[in-house]
Amino acid sequence: MLHLITSSIGFYFVLSAFLIGALGSLILSKNDKYANIWSNFFSILGSSTGLIFAISVMITGKTFSFKFNSLYQHLLSFAFNIDMLSAFFIGIISLIAIFCSFFALGYVKHFYKNYNIGALGFFYNILIGSLILVVTSSNAIWFLVAWEMMSISSYFLVVYDRKDESNVKAGLLYLIMTYVGTAFILFAFLLIYKYTNSFDFSIIKSNINLIPLVTKNFIFIFFIVGFGVKAGIIPFHIWLPLAHPAAPSHVSALMSGVMIKTGIYMFIRIFMDILQPIPVWWGITIIIIGSISSLLGVLYALTEHDIKKLLAYHSIENIGIILLGLGSSMIFNSLGMISLSLLSLMASLFHTLNHAVFKSLLFLSAGSVINEVHTRNMEEYGGIIKYMPQTALFFLIGSMAISALPPFNGFFSEWLTFQSLFQGITQLHSSLSWIFIIAVGSLAFTGGLALTCFVKAFGSIFLAKPRSQEVKSAKESSLSMRIGMGFLALFSILLGLFSGYTTILLEKVGRGLSVFNETFSSISISGNQLFKLNNGFSSIGASSVFIFIILGILFIIFIFKYLVNRDQKIKTGKTWSCGTELTPRMEITSTGFARSIILIFKGILKPSLQSDIEYHDFQSRYLPKSITITFKVNNVYSNYFYKPIQEIFNGLSMKVKKIQSGNINLYISYIFIILIILLYIIL
Amino acid sequence: MNIIILILQFIFVPIISPFFIGLIKKIKAKLQNRQGASVFQIYKDLWKLLHKDEIISNDASWIFKIAPFIVFGVTFVVGANIPLFSSNLPIYLSGDILLIIYLLSVGTFFLALSGIDTGSSFGGFGSSREMTVSAIAEGGLLFSLLTISIIYGTTNLFDISSGNIFASNHFILSIILAFIGFFIVLLAETGRFPYDNPDTHLELTMIHESMILEYSGKRLALMEWASANKYVIFTSLGANIFLPYGISYNTGILSIILGILFLILKISFFSFIIGVIESRIAKFRFFRLPDLLLVSFILSIIAIGLIN
Repeated sequence: MLHLITSSIGFYFVLSAFLIGALGSLILSKNDKYANIWSNFFSILGSSTGLIFAISVMITGKTFSFKFNSLYQHLLSFAFNIDMLSAFFIGIISLIAIFCSFFALGYVKHFYKNYNIGALGFFYNILIGSLILVVTSSNAIWFLVAWEMMSISSYFLVVYDRKDESNVKAGLLYLIMTYVGTAFILFAFLLIYKYTNSFDFSIIKSNINLIPLVTKNFIFIFFIVGFGVKAGIIPFHIWLPLAHPAAPSHVSALMSGVMIKTGIYMFIRIFMDILQPIPVWWGITIIIIGSISSLLGVLYALTEHDIKKLLAYHSIENIGIILLGLGSSMIFNSLGMISLSLLSLMASLFHTLNHAVFKSLLFLSAGSVINEVHTRNMEEYGGIIKYMPQTALFFLIGSMAISALPPFNGFFSEWLTFQSLFQGITQLHSSLSWIFIIAVGSLAFTGGLALTCFVKAFGSIFLAKPRSQEVKSAKESSLSMRIGMGFLALFSILLGLFSGYTTILLEKVGRGLSVFNETFSSISISGNQLFKLNNGFSSIGASSVFIFIILGILFIIFIFKYLVNRDQKIKTGKTWSCGTELTPRMEITSTGFARSIILIFKGILKPSLQSDIEYHDFQSRYLPKSITITFKVNNVYSNYFYKPIQEIFNGLSMKVKKIQSGNINLYISYIFIILIILLYIIL
Repeated sequence: MNIIILILQFIFVPIISPFFIGLIKKIKAKLQNRQGASVFQIYKDLWKLLHKDEIISNDASWIFKIAPFIVFGVTFVVGANIPLFSSNLPIYLSGDILLIIYLLSVGTFFLALSGIDTGSSFGGFGSSREMTVSAIAEGGLLFSLLTISIIYGTTNLFDISSGNIFASNHFILSIILAFIGFFIVLLAETGRFPYDNPDTHLELTMIHESMILEYSGKRLALMEWASANKYVIFTSLGANIFLPYGISYNTGILSIILGILFLILKISFFSFIIGVIESRIAKFRFFRLPDLLLVSFILSIIAIGLIN
């Protein structure tokens, strides 16, 4: 049985489930209900077999590759390579897809009669299937085909709610940015082809010495831009906060939790596997990008009051944290400190997994809130915890996990990331260790700011009094949605509690890469999930942390609730508001909550305050009729990065315009001149 | 004997913490030429609050009700897992600096949520200010402790406190800089001057007091007590990591008693300094606080830079 699963047959079964799901829901698109059930049934089937497939491959270590059919003299071959790294990413994709699909069963109902459910099911299944193709293909052309399938299917999901003008705009921006990225990827692969004469990853890897270092550096930069667009690193992230909120929530969860990770997967695949060995400055670049993305991501998240945009900015932040781990892994790798490099790679993989879990949890719970309140504006929420208590609990768990609070999973992966950065500070010499000091600093501030941001998010969504009438009619979401969220919440706890086992598995995944084949482990994990760095720098025990916290708090509750003054009377009364009637307008808003931090970081965020006053009598200006105040945060990257590029392009276009006279004779002479030049070059 | 030491370690912080809050008040009173209340007054206050009935706002949710237990529970767990009077304990959680910092954040998280929960504007602004200060303080706190960790080659607080920090003069400047950085963060995290005024309920100045404004009875007692615990946690971290004199290295009765006496002496010394600071300087304007915290961050970074 196991033999059958960990073979190409198991893999085909997974893919065909998604294909059947996609086509079937198109056929059933006349009936909303059947289309929804069909598409989600097959995506659950496909992704649960995908999860079993991935776990069996990772546990047995039986990796395999196969290809069928070569076209055009092995330029394009449908080649698959399922190694430990691919299996790990298939595992993440499947795990998240299962619960997103459960959630979709209930969530999609509100689209009935408005939109074509069959199309949603079609693109949804295609997206999951192509995500799996992306992380398994081992031929550059075939990879690009899968990459495009992923981009296009996700584009259609972003513009699915097309009655909202802004969603269509967001989709367009997403498409443009994606193609800019793909162009860079294509260019890098062509450069590689020029020297190695192959698009096959394994042949490229064995012929990597043929590429001169200068070209290799260019390839590195092209890949950073190309995959960085998909991963959402700053400054290529501008599509992300617009496109992720536009999609239906279960798709946002999939995009934020999983799709942006394909960028990380390709970073690891290319930098840690194919292009080995790598120079030191690559890792330094990745660490700097990671520091900037994490810090700016969380700062922009603080300025948001659109719940899904806030979460999308947190994805940028977490990609930054993942890159901090990956970057230090690359630096250690170039310096030959292989076991530390493995440790850092484990940290980055662990955070990839954890972020997928808690970010999709947060997106799903945000989705169920939006479904009830019909707005994404956090200023119109408030007090939802009384109407949707379970969703609130799930969001609370997600918030604590993403803020790296123990004992949830986020803490353990950030702990590992911190440890790998600490090792950089202690083991490296002055100039390089400063890079790590900067990284630790940005990670520390990111942690504190993320906590603030989630106090703001949870506080203004779920606590205090309702700020709009819609909230008062909100009801707890349906069972299938709660199953989706509940299991993800459970996973955030379990991945924390069993972080030791997870780390062992991740070490195995890391060792699957040929650079780490024979590496000594730099971390040891003993029975009760106790991690210990082998040089004795740090240790932490996951289960003892768990038990201590739970027992400590239960002990306190027991003593103070049941032993001290047991027959205390508790009355309910009004909140004190200086004698006036308490209204929702008195409570703090999410804008107000973050305002002081925004002002502190005004050098980076450049907030602006615009007020328009309308007077009763314009001449005297004593009695204002209405005052409108707009808080805005100026986009630094759009002012200093995208605007100049746009101006350059506009300027170039204007210059090019001069050679266009409209006279056909002139155009023929252009062709003639070009022809002569080309002939000269060739002959 | 081990059991007794362990129990002592667990209850030490909650038992002793009200005393030091009373001590600071006494010192301030003396500096202001007042008689002041007894140093044990806080115990009496807590006792009284614990036996009172409670009023809970009808806008509050279960977060408000459970927060005091979590906030207090976290300080209880942290207090049991940092070096106090002995650096040699039979068992402990891990004493890892990151764990301690992030565990304290759990308390801050629930404290801030409970401030928002009742819908009062005081609570909301208190939470906003608390989170702002603690977010910016995080860098300084982590780096000042990291400096010492790097010097010792371990992030375990118990191992750090058992070493002799002044064995080599090589790192003395780093340690002093890191200590200044830590002390600035200590004032911020424990809500003392110039960050917060622990004595007033005046809306312009308060951070901590406004978050717990809606609490009464038992839950108020727990919140006040938890903040006293946090004070002892931070001062004993400062005492045992930066000035590890007198801490017991073994489990002999005499050295344990000596360790306790030394710790009380050192925390009293910190309390005296804080009392003097609170009597001498005014509270800072809110938007000047980040400058001070960034000073702490930069000092600690320089301290790390000096090691290499």
